[in-house]
Amino acid sequence: MFEYTFQWRQAFRALPQMLDGALVTMQIAVLSMVIGVTIAVLLAVARNAHSPWLRWPATAWVEVARNTPALFQIYMAHFGLGSFGIYLSPYVALLAGITFNNAGYLCETFRGALRAIPATQVRAGRSLGMGQVMAFRLIVLPQMFRIAFLPTTNQMVWAILMTSLGVTVGMSTDLTGVTQDLNARTFRTFELFALAGALYYCIAKAVMFAARLAAWRLFRY
Amino acid sequence: MIEIENVHKSFGALEVLKGINLTVDKGEVVSVIGGSGSGKSTLLTCINGLEPINSGRILVDGIEVHAKTTDLNKLRRKIGIVFQQFNAFPHLTVLENVTLAPRKVKGLSRQEAEEIAVKHLTHVGLAEKLNVYPGRLSGGQQQRMAIARALAMSPDYMLFDEVTSALDPQLVGEVLDTLKMLADEGMTMICVTHEMSFARDVSNRVAFFHKGVMAEIGPPEQIFGNAQHEETRKFLSSVR
Ligand SMILES: Nc1ncnc2c1ncn2[C@@H]1O[C@H](COP(=O)(O)OP(=O)(O)OP(=O)(O)O)[C@@H](O)[C@H]1O
Ligand SMILES: [Mg+2]
Repeated sequence: MFEYTFQWRQAFRALPQMLDGALVTMQIAVLSMVIGVTIAVLLAVARNAHSPWLRWPATAWVEVARNTPALFQIYMAHFGLGSFGIYLSPYVALLAGITFNNAGYLCETFRGALRAIPATQVRAGRSLGMGQVMAFRLIVLPQMFRIAFLPTTNQMVWAILMTSLGVTVGMSTDLTGVTQDLNARTFRTFELFALAGALYYCIAKAVMFAARLAAWRLFRY
Repeated sequence: MIEIENVHKSFGALEVLKGINLTVDKGEVVSVIGGSGSGKSTLLTCINGLEPINSGRILVDGIEVHAKTTDLNKLRRKIGIVFQQFNAFPHLTVLENVTLAPRKVKGLSRQEAEEIAVKHLTHVGLAEKLNVYPGRLSGGQQQRMAIARALAMSPDYMLFDEVTSALDPQLVGEVLDTLKMLADEGMTMICVTHEMSFARDVSNRVAFFHKGVMAEIGPPEQIFGNAQHEETRKFLSSVR
């Protein structure tokens, strides 16, 4: 009934390839966060805007991103847009899908953080001759990032794990994609995926650790 | 010179300023006293254009604050304002708080801005605290930092809105001393205050606000010794 013999050596021989895959995973996660954070800031501002032309699309984005499966969002970027003749490669589709998801979640995180910053802070900046954008950039944003820092790191970990969904749109160079390929060739399913799992775990932990360190360095106040 | 001409200001249906006229000359110190909700803070935020007005006009050095063509960001460089809440920027050190606007708004180099900042921070007695974050300062120190921050823009006018009312009693003195020092140096100031002794000793004129109207204005001797208006006497006896 239990005839599977473990062959760890074979799995470990695949480690260099998997580490390459992990790099691609990290690259997608980081890019999706950098772009996602930028869009999320804009969405957060748009959702607080007076004009419904800004508010409505931003709200729609957030609603869809937070209330549909991430897998669908990535599918849509690849196959959905494909139906309209817009072809995104698996890499770009995966990046787009995760970025879409990140932006939606982070928007709400940032909005909450913005609410915690008293309006008098902006007033003080404006009184010193700063324009609206400058006051936002120099006074509001840094405080917002501090308040939102931990939830943002959580989203980063979530983004790393979401990259594994890329395999469903034909992504083959990230950690899951590489592992899947190796598995198809060697059938060492348990060992390969256990090793990949361990790598995901280590990356996630490393990111959290780096974030703590960065927070300690950055937020001295 | 600040010229306030027949200014009316409403928040929705509530008329907060009902035709204010006031001229403040260069070098003059005007204290504004009056009951809660009488429109004192609103007047200050109208002067630097943070609040729009409904009618009348306010001129600062001949520039109409609420004219569409006025560059408010530029105008505000010459009008410093300090609020009751200290509004320190918590993510910046004391020195950075004070250099931020001179660098980013006026375009001074870091070195120039720091020289000016150190000068003003020393002036208000915070030379030892340059690299401290505001969270570590007492209320009085934060308020003095806010004053230095406004002064670092080299304003021609300073507006103070009850800058001591959020302070513990034992810290009020140090901030009032700073204001006195500025007045002695010839700064043109409008001070909204609940500190009657400050109003009496430091100002050239005292204005009494009552329900959106400037009920009475005159030299301190008149307001505190021989008030013409019934409401002024009532108010003063209530705060004594
Ligand atoms: N942003 C605002 N929106 C609506 N109403 C406001 C606003 N700011 C002030 N008011 C109202 O305007 C009136 C005058 O307020 P203001 O703050 O100018 O009074 P004040 O004389 O400074 O009083 P205090 O001594 O309590 O500071 C008050 O009734 C206040 O509730
Ligand atoms: Mg007030």
